[in-house]
Amino acid sequence: MSDVASQLTTADGRPLKAALASAQARAKRRAFFLVLPLLLFILISFAVPIGQMLQRSVYNDQFSKSVPALSQWFAENPKGTAPDEAAFAALASDLVLMKETRAAGDAGTRINYVVSGTRSMFTKAARGADKLEPPFMEAMLELDEDWDNPLVWNAMRSAASPWTFDFYTIAFDLERDADGKLTKVDETQRIYFRLFIKTFLIAGVITAICLVLAFPIAHLLATLPMAKANLLMILVLLPFWTSLLVRTTSWIVLLQGQGVVNDILVALGIIGDDGRLQMIYNQTGTIIAMVHILLPFMVLPLYSVMRVIPVSYTRAARSLGATSWTTFRRIYLPQTIPGIGAGVLLVFILAVGYYITPALVGGADGQLFSNMVQFHMTKANWSMAAALATMLLVGVLVLYWLYDRLIGIDKLKLG
Amino acid sequence: MVASRDDAFVSFEHVQKSYDGETLVVKDLNLQLAKGEFLTMLGPSGSGKTTCLMMLAGFETATHGEIRLDGKPINQVPPHKRGIGMVFQNYALFPHMTVGENLSFPLEVRGMGKSEREEKIKRALDMVQMGAFANRRPAQMSGGQQQRIALARALVFDPKLVLMDEPLGALDKQLREHMQFEIKHLHESLGITVVYVTHDQGEALTMSDRVAVFNDGRIQQLAPPAELYERPDNSFVAGFIGENNKLPGVIEELNGDRAVVRLENGELIDATAVNVQAKGDKTLVSIRPERVEFKPELIPAGAHTIDAEVLEVIYMGDILRTRMRVAGHDEFVVKCRNTIDQMPLTPGQRIRIGWNPLDARALDMI
Repeated sequence: MSDVASQLTTADGRPLKAALASAQARAKRRAFFLVLPLLLFILISFAVPIGQMLQRSVYNDQFSKSVPALSQWFAENPKGTAPDEAAFAALASDLVLMKETRAAGDAGTRINYVVSGTRSMFTKAARGADKLEPPFMEAMLELDEDWDNPLVWNAMRSAASPWTFDFYTIAFDLERDADGKLTKVDETQRIYFRLFIKTFLIAGVITAICLVLAFPIAHLLATLPMAKANLLMILVLLPFWTSLLVRTTSWIVLLQGQGVVNDILVALGIIGDDGRLQMIYNQTGTIIAMVHILLPFMVLPLYSVMRVIPVSYTRAARSLGATSWTTFRRIYLPQTIPGIGAGVLLVFILAVGYYITPALVGGADGQLFSNMVQFHMTKANWSMAAALATMLLVGVLVLYWLYDRLIGIDKLKLG
Repeated sequence: MVASRDDAFVSFEHVQKSYDGETLVVKDLNLQLAKGEFLTMLGPSGSGKTTCLMMLAGFETATHGEIRLDGKPINQVPPHKRGIGMVFQNYALFPHMTVGENLSFPLEVRGMGKSEREEKIKRALDMVQMGAFANRRPAQMSGGQQQRIALARALVFDPKLVLMDEPLGALDKQLREHMQFEIKHLHESLGITVVYVTHDQGEALTMSDRVAVFNDGRIQQLAPPAELYERPDNSFVAGFIGENNKLPGVIEELNGDRAVVRLENGELIDATAVNVQAKGDKTLVSIRPERVEFKPELIPAGAHTIDAEVLEVIYMGDILRTRMRVAGHDEFVVKCRNTIDQMPLTPGQRIRIGWNPLDARALDMI
């Protein structure tokens, strides 16, 4: 078939495909110029920053730029070599350099990410660096006995190159022992990966609650007469038109210890005055407020799919002898899958990356992974923030891929 | 075929239906169907015919009155326990299932075993000549093929009663006519009872044992097709079924069912009194275009004839459709058979026309 097509020519003998391409070239060029502004915008504001973020998660020159001599020594001596006098001499000369450029704090911070409590070693050593006399090993150990700690030297060797996976090691709650082997950090310090898993679980719970709440609403909207459905739709969309901050604040008013919900429960005698429920500034608060905010993202795709399912399908199923439950399960539900898929994917991805609501109402245990990214950004630890953000991105992409494998992305229907 | 109230297979008794509590969509419906009958509900949209079908299927509840199926009241029986097969206008084949799965569905919900299911599915598909399509999806088939599958699905579980809601509405003319014969043939060979809803009078006339003409929530006439066409009970039925000439006038003489009507221009015509009561009543006389005669030898002796002026002759192949001005009306149509010895009519020609009094029916004024 394709052979025949490639041989086809126009009346004047030109290949048909070439003729078609040139005939449409002008229209295609014009179409391209129309989308060019958006393309540039996306490139500048989205693709480039994401690329930068990915790079920062594996590139950090805070330490490497200040230690030319030490880098040289690391290059000459293979991994595992115990630091000798030459190494300490190199370190001392770099510390002098750091003093001049006031980079000791920065460099120390980089090592401190990997081995905590080491930042002060660098600042202290740099302060007196120009007074250090050989033998440097003894002089340095006199300043701080931790200077021969193999963990510190391993960390320095790793940080002497700007390219590093240290931040991913930290993000997965791992550390390197003295032999350079990866081990899990102490139980009490496992925060990142645990929070990563918890964030996905909470996002899953939020998505599930949204689905359960949105399905009947969407069905109602889809079956009501247009005029009434539009009115209800406004109510569904109302949260969209209200400031996020106002909505979150009103949840605080409703859910706090002395808030409306607790007052009503106490007045009804369901709970005692001393047993007021803690529903805000914790995980519960995060879930409630986020379900409220994300609900429309579930309702809309469901509604758009349900609206075009003719009532005759369910009627046909009933007339063929199916009970209403069988009809729902075997006829109606399968046809809403594109909407469910779109809603679930949308809500889940939004929930996984949500920041402002957990920050406002999450308290201590309602924080999500994004809050950790934000925490490191305020501490100017860009590489750590980037590594965590990359984990989030990869996690979402994996889910997207799974969705495509299980349901098929072409079945997605957003509206 | 006409069933009496007691042995009727399906019966509506004083059924009324209102959606808003203010207006009645179905007003006092009484209807009996015999087993094996093919009944068509015919009417314009909004006449209540589909509502009646939906009440019978169980998707709408009657506001008042009783619907019986096989002697048992079914007002309170949910649709899935009625055992009624139904064919929908848009086929309503489940898009996420293959043809085989579609047909299997009613058998599965009845808890039928696999081998028995397969046998029934095969038989049903063969019945509509679609045996090779069991693994196709509805979207991969043409409208006509989908219609056959919908038909097979409604029949596969051997229902006693099959409802069809404008099943051929979405097909093109040729296919529609072909499917009409197939449905009719299936009805005869299976001996099932069919209630068929359509707004296409041609469909109703070709397929049905009896036709119920609906308008304004009431059955205007319930009769076999020939009777409906030739002896309409009222002006609505006369106007709705087939082409029809209407001449308004006043009853001049009334003698049993023979009437003489004075038209608006004073001319007299003969007619059969159908629903006029007394001399002086206003009436609308209805005459079929093919029953109007203009050759003197074909007009019965003693019948009145009136003046007509030929306005237009349209050549339609099998007939010559001739528009005339009669008694001041420009839309009077006469259909002349296109035969070799047909008398040619030309626009502007003045002739006398007449008809057998049995063919002109003096009906109510609308």
